[in-house]
Amino acid sequence: MATVRLKKGLDIHLLGAIDGNDIHIAAQPRLVAVVPDDFHGIIPRMEKKQGEHVVAGEPLYHDKNHEAIKVVAPVSGTVKEVRRGERRHIDAIIIEPDANNEAITHDIKGDAEHVLLESGLWAMIRQRPYDVVPAPGVRPRDVFVTAFDSAPLAPDLDIVLGDKRQYIGRGVEVLDSLTIGKVHIGVRDGQAIDAPAAVVTTFVGPHPAGNAGVQAANTVPVNKGDVVWTMDIVTLARIGELFTTGKVSHDTVVAVNGEMVSQPRYVSTIMGADMGTVLGNELNEPQSCRIISGNVLTGVKVTADQWLRAPYRHVTVIPENNKPDEFMGWASLNPNRFSIYRTFTTWLRGLKAPVSMDCRIKGGERAIVRTGEYDAMLPMDIHAEFLIKAIIAGDIDKMEQLGIYEIAPEDFALAEFADTSKLELQRIVREGLDKLRAEMS
Amino acid sequence: MNKLEPTFRPGGKLSKLESVYDGMETFLFTPNTTSRSGAHIHDGNDLKRTMITVVVALLPALLFGMFNIGYQHYLAIGQPQTGWFTMFLYGLLAMLPVIVVSYGVGLGIEFISAQIHHKEIQEGFLVTGILIPLIVPINTPLWMTAVATAFAVIFAKEIFGGTGMNIFNVALITRAFLFFSYPSRMSGDEAFVKVDSALGMGGGTAVDTFTGATPLGQVATNMGDQLLMTDIVGQPISCMDAFIGLIPGSPGETSMIAILIGAAILLITGIASWRIMCSVFVGGLGMAALVHALPSATYPASMLDPMTQLCLGGFAFGAVFMATDPVTGARTKTGQYIYGLLIGVMAILIRVYNSGYPEGMMLAILLMNAFAPLIDHCVVSSNIKRRARRAAAKVNKEG
Repeated sequence: MATVRLKKGLDIHLLGAIDGNDIHIAAQPRLVAVVPDDFHGIIPRMEKKQGEHVVAGEPLYHDKNHEAIKVVAPVSGTVKEVRRGERRHIDAIIIEPDANNEAITHDIKGDAEHVLLESGLWAMIRQRPYDVVPAPGVRPRDVFVTAFDSAPLAPDLDIVLGDKRQYIGRGVEVLDSLTIGKVHIGVRDGQAIDAPAAVVTTFVGPHPAGNAGVQAANTVPVNKGDVVWTMDIVTLARIGELFTTGKVSHDTVVAVNGEMVSQPRYVSTIMGADMGTVLGNELNEPQSCRIISGNVLTGVKVTADQWLRAPYRHVTVIPENNKPDEFMGWASLNPNRFSIYRTFTTWLRGLKAPVSMDCRIKGGERAIVRTGEYDAMLPMDIHAEFLIKAIIAGDIDKMEQLGIYEIAPEDFALAEFADTSKLELQRIVREGLDKLRAEMS
Repeated sequence: MNKLEPTFRPGGKLSKLESVYDGMETFLFTPNTTSRSGAHIHDGNDLKRTMITVVVALLPALLFGMFNIGYQHYLAIGQPQTGWFTMFLYGLLAMLPVIVVSYGVGLGIEFISAQIHHKEIQEGFLVTGILIPLIVPINTPLWMTAVATAFAVIFAKEIFGGTGMNIFNVALITRAFLFFSYPSRMSGDEAFVKVDSALGMGGGTAVDTFTGATPLGQVATNMGDQLLMTDIVGQPISCMDAFIGLIPGSPGETSMIAILIGAAILLITGIASWRIMCSVFVGGLGMAALVHALPSATYPASMLDPMTQLCLGGFAFGAVFMATDPVTGARTKTGQYIYGLLIGVMAILIRVYNSGYPEGMMLAILLMNAFAPLIDHCVVSSNIKRRARRAAAKVNKEG
């Protein structure tokens, strides 16, 4: 088993970590929703209308360009609303669950790709380049599965896996039959994975060591023309479960944590459950909270009446704004004003102790001035700053040459946190990828 | 402050001053906005803090520069026993008008430009505005400084798009503009030691033995095989004098000690690239050793030993505060070594073998500013080639 040591990156220690491994069983959600924005690259064409009955695993919509790609209902119930936003963009498909717990059983004897597409699990896979749901009919060069999440306050995926761990071996077999190359699993130091058919690599180092893209870049990098798949170990186990039992499990374990959660804990619920059910009554001062479905770097801002979003395993709640009227913050000598740079005094206190952080940007957007900030946060053989400039300039050739095929927006999340110039790097990368994808098709 | 806000927004009475209002507000209060997309948390550092830290790093050189102006003044008028505080006060009064003019002109242009483009005021000039008084000879007429500053801010910075977009270091463009437009006021006996009174303080006439040339100026005009450097009243000076800094020169550049304190601040806070800073010194030291190995009376500066070479003139100041400007320097790690090394080499080369310019640092940095994008391009190209090779190797294996 190979070991890769990554030096670049940063572990951010926030207040509100979970103590212990106990899993709280949440109540049956009042409402469950599927949010099409979670499945980037799919243009939804509805199969179910408002008022129709669905069972768990039944398709709600398919992709306009590839009809075979389905996104399915996580529970049985009635389609209560197809909520639309500007220009008829589908914001969410809301289902009112019933008590029947009906679910589709798939015939798993057929073509594996077809079964995956029908089951809805295909939509949980991502491909590089472009970080989108993969196109059917393309055999990926390799499959990269990350077995740990290194983001701030991230859940321990071993706990999220739970007893689904037994299906990992079967999942690897299925994916192995779909790829030209190998199934690569990236684990953290000391983590055991029972999957003889996979290539297991240990990654030692700070975040973003747990990103599948970072793991790929440091083992078998993605080249122009390659297609690889990325996913987390939980999705892999779900695939294994599907090809063992014929059913897709839509249950999930979610880490609910962060400074504003009175009792941080793991919660067992259903994909897309409403936030109210997931959070319970555990929020301190709900008015001044920011609820993030996901981690603080890549997650989505949601409100308490919205839903758990993909990848359905983490909710972080932090203060929206701790100090609305901070006077001359740029002159602060307070070691509690967190900065990884030594222009502030945080480093005297050490960066290991958990800190409180709110959502303020703490500065105005500027041109890129300081050098090497992005590179220090991105453990890949990429000149990050030059790539970002190429994307801003819209220079397709340069983007390709500088390695845009290897990256996803999440890989730049840490650089976005650390950026003195406060640029929205994830948005820039996403727009670059979308532009390139439109250009290439 | 919040009550005043509507007057400055579009439609308000004072909407023409919107940028100025934003500038003041973000100066006084940390911006209140929270993230809407992307990362929800952000590091506490911003460009304001970064620039202010550089200004703090410049303070030792500034304070020492003020003292030294006074010291040279009282030495020149034959009162070397004057108290240190009086000397400092004289220097303070002498430099104050220059600082006011530099900031006034530069920030004025920045404010106007920001308002025209409806952007926030950028912090870049905070540093430039204090660099200019430190590298301009103290006897430069204020109107010259004003014209040069305006020229540099407009033509070296704003037309490229403001802070972060400029190709050449703005403070050095100011210096270069002065140097080439008014050469007679920028060197020689008259430029570096203020003899007349500063804002009414400390008037007097120079003693008979007075000569105001800087050590490097003396070296450039040295005759014969023996190198002789003296202070302004004719006493010989050593490398140690140059290290401490009680010699004539531009206000900020004379004291190695003050500059090294600044360098320590920049390196500890991680603002300046240690790669650039160290390689400038290595390059300069190497080149100085080389020319010292081949001394010649035709090029008197070749007779300086390498250490003295680095202590004199603007070498150290340029290496610490100018070459490390991230916007105009090389941005790749490998590129930074090359960039710094070449600045050091070029500075000594110009100093020694071009008798027209006793000081080479300014020109060396400006020259390398122009080449920095090329250096980066070469470094990035090697990454691109490596990636292309990787892709090609894979195709061959499969084919």
